[in-house]
Amino acid sequence: MDFNFTEEQQLLADTVKRFVREDYTFEKRREILKSPEGWSREVWGKLAELGLTALNVPEAHGGLNASPVDTMLVMNALGEGLVVEPFLSAAVLAPALISRLGDEKAAAELFEGLIAGERIVVVAHQEAPSRGDVQYVATRAERSGDGYVLDGHKAVIAHGGAADELLVTARVSGQPGDRDGVSVFRVDPKAAGVTVKRYATMDGQRAADIELKSVKVAADRRIGAEGKAFDAIEAAHDIALSALCAEAVGVMKAINATTLDYTKNRKQFGQPIAKFQVLQHRMADMFLHAEQATSMSYLAAIKCVDPDAAERRRALSAAKVVIGQAGRFVGQQAIQLHGGMGMTDELMVSHHFKRITAIDLTFGDADMHLQKFAGLSQTA
Amino acid sequence: MDLNFTREELAFRDEVRTFLRDELPQDIAAKIKNGQPVAAQDYVRWQKILYKRGWGAPGWPKQFGGPGWGPVQMHIYDEEAAAAGAPRMIPFGLKMVAPVIMAFGSPEQQKRFLPRILSADDWWCQGYSEPGAGSDLASLKTRAERQGDHYIVNGQKTWTTLGQHADWIFCLVRTDPNAPKPQQGISFLLIDMKTPGITVRPIITMDGAHEVNEVWFENVKVPVENRVGEENKGWTYAKFLLGHERTNIAGVGASKRELKRLKNIARQELKNGKPLIEDPLFAAKIAQVEIDLMALEITNLRALSAESEKRAPGPEASILKIKGTEIQQALTELMMYAVGPYALPFARESREEGDLQSVAGPAYAAPLAATYCNVRKVTIYGGSNEIQRNIISQMILGL
Repeated sequence: MDFNFTEEQQLLADTVKRFVREDYTFEKRREILKSPEGWSREVWGKLAELGLTALNVPEAHGGLNASPVDTMLVMNALGEGLVVEPFLSAAVLAPALISRLGDEKAAAELFEGLIAGERIVVVAHQEAPSRGDVQYVATRAERSGDGYVLDGHKAVIAHGGAADELLVTARVSGQPGDRDGVSVFRVDPKAAGVTVKRYATMDGQRAADIELKSVKVAADRRIGAEGKAFDAIEAAHDIALSALCAEAVGVMKAINATTLDYTKNRKQFGQPIAKFQVLQHRMADMFLHAEQATSMSYLAAIKCVDPDAAERRRALSAAKVVIGQAGRFVGQQAIQLHGGMGMTDELMVSHHFKRITAIDLTFGDADMHLQKFAGLSQTA
Repeated sequence: MDLNFTREELAFRDEVRTFLRDELPQDIAAKIKNGQPVAAQDYVRWQKILYKRGWGAPGWPKQFGGPGWGPVQMHIYDEEAAAAGAPRMIPFGLKMVAPVIMAFGSPEQQKRFLPRILSADDWWCQGYSEPGAGSDLASLKTRAERQGDHYIVNGQKTWTTLGQHADWIFCLVRTDPNAPKPQQGISFLLIDMKTPGITVRPIITMDGAHEVNEVWFENVKVPVENRVGEENKGWTYAKFLLGHERTNIAGVGASKRELKRLKNIARQELKNGKPLIEDPLFAAKIAQVEIDLMALEITNLRALSAESEKRAPGPEASILKIKGTEIQQALTELMMYAVGPYALPFARESREEGDLQSVAGPAYAAPLAATYCNVRKVTIYGGSNEIQRNIISQMILGL
């Protein structure tokens, strides 16, 4: 049993924290949100310089082959600073998927651009009826000549509009909920038949709906064996889910710190409002929630690469439940304790609140994972 | 004890329904029923229709142009209007400053201000909160110094809801900074928003809306005749006003309408291929809010019944505020979760233009995240729910 981080991990965490605090200020972030793209290639370049885009790339491809615990520490810091650049999509989920599909040639091509911070590759997987459940692919890939024709609709794909290349999941056989019959295709977002509808999301980030209408894809753009990609898709999403949980922990800790600070300074009835017992207990509960969330984020980081899929999925669903519920309480109470100031766009706390809300709606909300956990635990 | 309406009350309800069916503009009702923001001119348009019918101010006594309804009739009206999708009454003129002018204003003030409030010719806003005076309202600092026939007002008000549309603002100002207690030395002024020295600055809230403002006063000259009641007695009037602010604070009618909207959404959304409303976990959550709302409805009727015997609502109104706002928040939260990932696309830019267009996903999903964010305010404003619990412990429990 050891809850300590290695010296290298501590160094990594400090580096990203320093970057966020010094180079990713509230004002800087606000400018980025206002820009047409909604994220900054300059910031992305800096993240690449810090080695973060190589973090989840295997050593064989020039990456750092980092552990989920390393990713967790990075995500803690990115959560604190509400970094809107596509780290989770392009530097966690995408490389986790690519490295599990067993296509070294495609991997070599895709990782080069990622490590250099030059190309954004985004996994287009989620579809509307799934409600965040990873095991739903209705998009079809029909064999046609020596290639495929893709038809389907991918919903609320984080940073889908920023992608230089999309990794589209599509079904070559079977029904939407089947594990078998799913492949991953490399798709140029500018290809004929691809419509990318870009928009801002509630947390200030960007996402897109991607429509595929008779999109022709050559056979060599399929990555990995035909119809056998689901295990890799699920495993990659588990790693991304663990990273998202870590981001949530970073957000919650920042929320709690700013709330504590605000209530110590805000005076009403002749004293700091932090002196009122009802607020003290509220903040004690916020702290408890954040601690429980931290514990589950640790568990998620350890278990997300567990080869026992049932055990892994149980732990991740449990983590998402605790983190969703904790985030809701911590976020809502932080706004309440900030009073009118918490409602404004002017303080970071409302932005943190919106991100923690969006996190619960990403990769399945607490209720979905509660039911998933219940299903997995009946025989466990 | 009888929880049913009398025959006369039922007849009144039919009359209200007929009026709403014939007179409520459909474009406004559609906005309300779809959770879209309502524009200032929509509120004015509806108020003028009500005024024409003689129903402009349900709570006012007949002598000032009210319909002379009792609490049960007012309740029936509120329920029916909310169900039909009528905009809520903008309270600042009709429900806040008007009762103060009626009770404490001079006959000249009553004649000058009340008819224009009733006919929606004047839009009023509230100058209570200040940056340093929120829950602790009595610590307000905006200064009014007497100079001959005028007060010179300097200071800043904040969270001024819809102040950007206002013709008038009613303000609590400090006229005696040396009074022994902060509650003493406050006066109640009516200020024309066109007076030189007033600056209104928007505060953009996290949902991207411009709903609240800062109002700055720099050497603003206010005629002494615009003071309501006596100098330095403003706190008494302020407390009187806060009592009136809490009428219909339960918002039962509006929450019933929102519950209906929630169920509609949950019927259209699918989970595992079946309507979300059939999902046991989600269905139980809807049921929980519905049950809370049933209890609140009866609690509200009990309060109304007590109110028919005395005038202003007592500290019991705090129960209605706490439960009413918690239910509002639960409803907006469930609606947001009902649409899952499609709650995320955020129509922030278009909200400022008064309409939340769908950018992706079903049209009903478009306003849900913004509304969820916006409705966090209800447990903060009008005396935060923490303050309401203080009122219950002090005034009802005697602690």
